[in-house]
Amino acid sequence: MLVHQSSHPIARSSDRRLPVLCVNPSHPTSNQPRPDMEDTQPRIVIEQLPDGVCVRLLGRWTAEHLAGASHWRDLQAALAALPGEVHRCQWDLLPLRRLDHTGAQLLWNFWKRTWPENLAASPGQRATLERVARFSTPLPPRGKPTVWAQLLRLGAWVIRREEHLLGALRLIGQLLLDLWQLLRAPRNGPWRDISGNLYRIGATAMPITALVGFLIGVVLAYLMSQQLRQFGADAFIVNLLGIALIRELGPVLAAILVAGRSGSAITAQIGVMRVTEELDAMKVMGVAQGFRLVMPRAVAMALAMPLLAVWTTLAALLGGILAADLVMGLSPGYFANALARAVAVSNLWLAMGKSLVFGLMIALIACHYGLRIQPNTQSLGEGTTSSVVTSITMVILVDAVFAVVFKEIGI
Amino acid sequence: MNAVEIGGLWSVFRSGGMEAVIHKDLDLTIRRGELLSLVGGSGSGKTVLLRQILGLTQPLRGSVTVLGKPAMQLTHRGAASRVGMLFQHGALYSAFTVFENIAFPLRELKNLPDDLVRDAVMVKLQMVGLDPAQAHKMPADLSGGMIKRVALARALIMDPPLLLLDEPTAGLDPDRSDAFCDLVRSLHRELDLTVVMVTHDLDTIYDISTRVAVLADKRVIVNAPPRDVIAFDHPFVREFFLGGRGRRAMGLLSPSVQAG
Repeated sequence: MLVHQSSHPIARSSDRRLPVLCVNPSHPTSNQPRPDMEDTQPRIVIEQLPDGVCVRLLGRWTAEHLAGASHWRDLQAALAALPGEVHRCQWDLLPLRRLDHTGAQLLWNFWKRTWPENLAASPGQRATLERVARFSTPLPPRGKPTVWAQLLRLGAWVIRREEHLLGALRLIGQLLLDLWQLLRAPRNGPWRDISGNLYRIGATAMPITALVGFLIGVVLAYLMSQQLRQFGADAFIVNLLGIALIRELGPVLAAILVAGRSGSAITAQIGVMRVTEELDAMKVMGVAQGFRLVMPRAVAMALAMPLLAVWTTLAALLGGILAADLVMGLSPGYFANALARAVAVSNLWLAMGKSLVFGLMIALIACHYGLRIQPNTQSLGEGTTSSVVTSITMVILVDAVFAVVFKEIGI
Repeated sequence: MNAVEIGGLWSVFRSGGMEAVIHKDLDLTIRRGELLSLVGGSGSGKTVLLRQILGLTQPLRGSVTVLGKPAMQLTHRGAASRVGMLFQHGALYSAFTVFENIAFPLRELKNLPDDLVRDAVMVKLQMVGLDPAQAHKMPADLSGGMIKRVALARALIMDPPLLLLDEPTAGLDPDRSDAFCDLVRSLHRELDLTVVMVTHDLDTIYDISTRVAVLADKRVIVNAPPRDVIAFDHPFVREFFLGGRGRRAMGLLSPSVQAG
């Protein structure tokens, strides 16, 4: 055997007895394929022949094997250590087990994109190298953003904001028109859509809102009882907890949960309908998107939210009563009696009115973002995120407005 | 070694208490270097068979061996260097540019330097007949034919020996469909690929395939060169190949094939 193989990617043989071995095309694939791992490692063997250096390529020069843990580093080191001029070497590709286009590209780039003078390669390898040689072009540069382009982008951004606002306004206007149409001809209304959405948005949200409400009620009652006890004002827990839960926390908690749960679902649903061209199909059939998609969801949300708010408040009060009973020994009967005296019924009406507005807002924001989604996955993700973030922010913002306005009015 | 060996395959779908048997004791062997068309009526389980070969679906019974290994092991790391798949609608990553889509399998290897990846991608991009200027476009801005070409370049980026095509010419106009067939044929020849193709398109079948496997009665009823398949006596074969459409397309078979 002529070639001294070694486990190193580079190995030199000073065997000079047999010259010009590596330019012989009928050269037997001198390396018996060895079953061990080493055989697949892409590597080179350098031989000093009387008429120059012969570089013999071994192993599998494929993307997969080149990217192997240490293969790339070893091969680079071996290639860098190549003595003499690259093009003066004799290159023997025949012992290669496989050469794919990535391997050929590596070789071609190493040859500085010109053919070496002395190359022994099989027709298949030569064809691969020729394809690489023919098609090697630099990646065309991505247009660099000029100042003017950036200015234009800023303008586009401002216009997009404006479009957002106009789109939202149009959606609200369309909803009002659709509601008017529903009132005029209730028989033609999309009642199945409304009831379906009512179930999905309202009924299926009951377990989670109850659980969260209950836990918040327990935690609040427990913390309040500790503070109130310092002042000996135990009994006021009913007033505090009652007002906080009924007027604020119940509706806001329910709205935030529903925004996260159903708002995102609505956006994603409408967004996927855009991706799969279902929205276009509806349009082609002459079915109004506003009437069949937006209005049922808005109506269902507006009906479900106040009920969910009351439901959440009840669960929270239950938690509060339980905690008050356990921690302070306040009997549930006393709590119920005191609650009726401490909290005016108007608070409940205010909470339900607020929830109705929240519901409408969440549905409209979700539909707005859903209808703006572009047919690609990134836009879908971004749209859903924006929808949830915007609706939660708006819920809290509008809640603050309600608090200020109704304090002035004195309810 | 055969590229694909399927023996005694059963595929069953369960939905709502109903069982639908798709494949019943199906056997199929695909030799290396073949360009095989899988043909069958709608619902005959062509795409399911392709998914079985890819290891995306677990067979109920039977074995699927691809390149000497069980198909279920195919989806492991480095799968892109074993099998390339062209999905019916391209399945390009819509958040990536054309360039990033093709570079994705190479970049996932982590160890290859950026400039080598860039060169390798540009070579593949041009091998499938795309202009380098398309590299920065997003998939949403491409036409149907271009999406298929980009998807093909992505499937071939690691030079897998086996290429699967699901309805490669569906949705392309006749010219582009012919151009795409030429491309597949030349790649098959130049890259020494084994190609398995699901198609309804008779022109494509006659034009490029070296063998045709017909799926009917929940199994492969015949697996032979096109002219032998036409001679096979089965209602589906008669209907599909020798109906009006079939006779029109038969003009594409070279005279020697027709004579034989």
